[in-house]
Amino acid sequence: MQGESRAPFRNTVILIVGLFLFWELAYLVVGEVALRSPWETIRFLGNLMRTDVFWLHLADTLKAFTAALAIAVALGLLIGFALGLHRLSGDAMEPMLVSLYSIPKITLYPIILLTFGLGISAKIAFGAIHGIIPVALFTLNAVRNIKPILIKTGRVFKLNPTVMVRAILFPAAVPEIFTGIRVGFSLTLIGTVLGEMFAAQHGLGYLLMNAISLYNIDLIMAVTFLLVLFAASVNGLLLAIDRRLHHG
Amino acid sequence: MSRLRIYQFAVIAGFILLLEALCLAGVIDKITMPPPHIIVRDLFRMLLAGRYFGDIGKSLANVLLAFGSAYVLGVITGTILHGYRTARDILDPLFATYYAIPVFAFYPLFIVIFGLGDGPQILIGFLLAIVAVIVTTLNGLDRVPPVLKKTARVNKLSPLQTALRITLPFCAPYLLTAAKLALAYAFIGVIGSEFIMARAGMGYEISYAYTNFDNATMYPLILLILLLSIAANSLLSHWERVLLARRGQK
Repeated sequence: MQGESRAPFRNTVILIVGLFLFWELAYLVVGEVALRSPWETIRFLGNLMRTDVFWLHLADTLKAFTAALAIAVALGLLIGFALGLHRLSGDAMEPMLVSLYSIPKITLYPIILLTFGLGISAKIAFGAIHGIIPVALFTLNAVRNIKPILIKTGRVFKLNPTVMVRAILFPAAVPEIFTGIRVGFSLTLIGTVLGEMFAAQHGLGYLLMNAISLYNIDLIMAVTFLLVLFAASVNGLLLAIDRRLHHG
Repeated sequence: MSRLRIYQFAVIAGFILLLEALCLAGVIDKITMPPPHIIVRDLFRMLLAGRYFGDIGKSLANVLLAFGSAYVLGVITGTILHGYRTARDILDPLFATYYAIPVFAFYPLFIVIFGLGDGPQILIGFLLAIVAVIVTTLNGLDRVPPVLKKTARVNKLSPLQTALRITLPFCAPYLLTAAKLALAYAFIGVIGSEFIMARAGMGYEISYAYTNFDNATMYPLILLILLLSIAANSLLSHWERVLLARRGQK
């Protein structure tokens, strides 16, 4: 971001109030047929949270999401460091990773289903492939942009590769890597929920698809609201940490 | 440069050969995936026979509609927003969080409101694409040197003239990046929503073929989508590099 925003807290409040007003207005225009008001949605969500089934679905999504995120971060860091440390590999693979990043990954879902079978492992794999590339790309650039003097210092002290990564490369690259993890977090969540929407028997994505076939607008609105709320608030938190890391 | 190309070629060729070997050796069974040469053959047959041209055309038309509308509106919004500091500050948290929001979660809602047609699919593609365009345009406009703005003022250009003759041309590389992002997002949005729920389109045909265990249709179509999106991306990336090289920025 170029211009630092003034009074970010006040702006966020204005934005949230504005979004709720927009929602209420859309509800007044479209009506009961297709929308619910913010208040009705929150109340329905409150009731939903008192049922056991909801918590089972939520737990299922969270379980798949956590596993997918762990895999995405671990593999992304590994690929990023490997490519970042080797100039030619990094230069050759970066544009290829960028084009992989831009393909509609949802088309790969049938392949993943055929490989992993219908179940939680397919969801995890699908979430993970969304997150790996951004983590890898940010890590690659972070490692590549480390000041040469730091690496030279490490060489002078004759550090072995493991200590070099742990004591010098990783700490120097942390702010950029964190940005990658933040982006990876969002994409992994989207991937996991998408996977559930297409083929699953549990989870919030499944709940959402089920609600469409039942034309249950209350449920569609409540689950959508919950997903957006969760994604936006975690991302807001990560963004705050991210900015602090970048500005020292 | 050529060493780089050899490396890239070796990676792609190695990957395809590995898949081919695994399929032929039976490590990957036929029900999971046909060998790559069969997929390519099926794709040629499919294209020569003209099958799925309707679906391909519909998907591409929707992608272009989503891309075009998001791009034009995004550049206009970005240009206007650049002049209003307060509005920009207020929207800033939205832009920063936007891509964390699962936009596909709104697809069911749009189907309920607009019905199961092209509208919701284009809208998802549009919504995914537009914010990237706005943010990239703002980013580019931030980098316009003050001397150019001063020149505009000295020549008493109207805001519209300033944007069209000075600031937007200066931002051309950014506008190209915006186009690249918008196209990728429009693709993801349209194909993804067809995949979740639709009556036609490439995404729909893939999910339909999957349900019917029709690998001879599914894999060629997946390959086609991958090739199309990678080709579009590479083309715009290439153009971007040429533009940057001409300006001596790379």
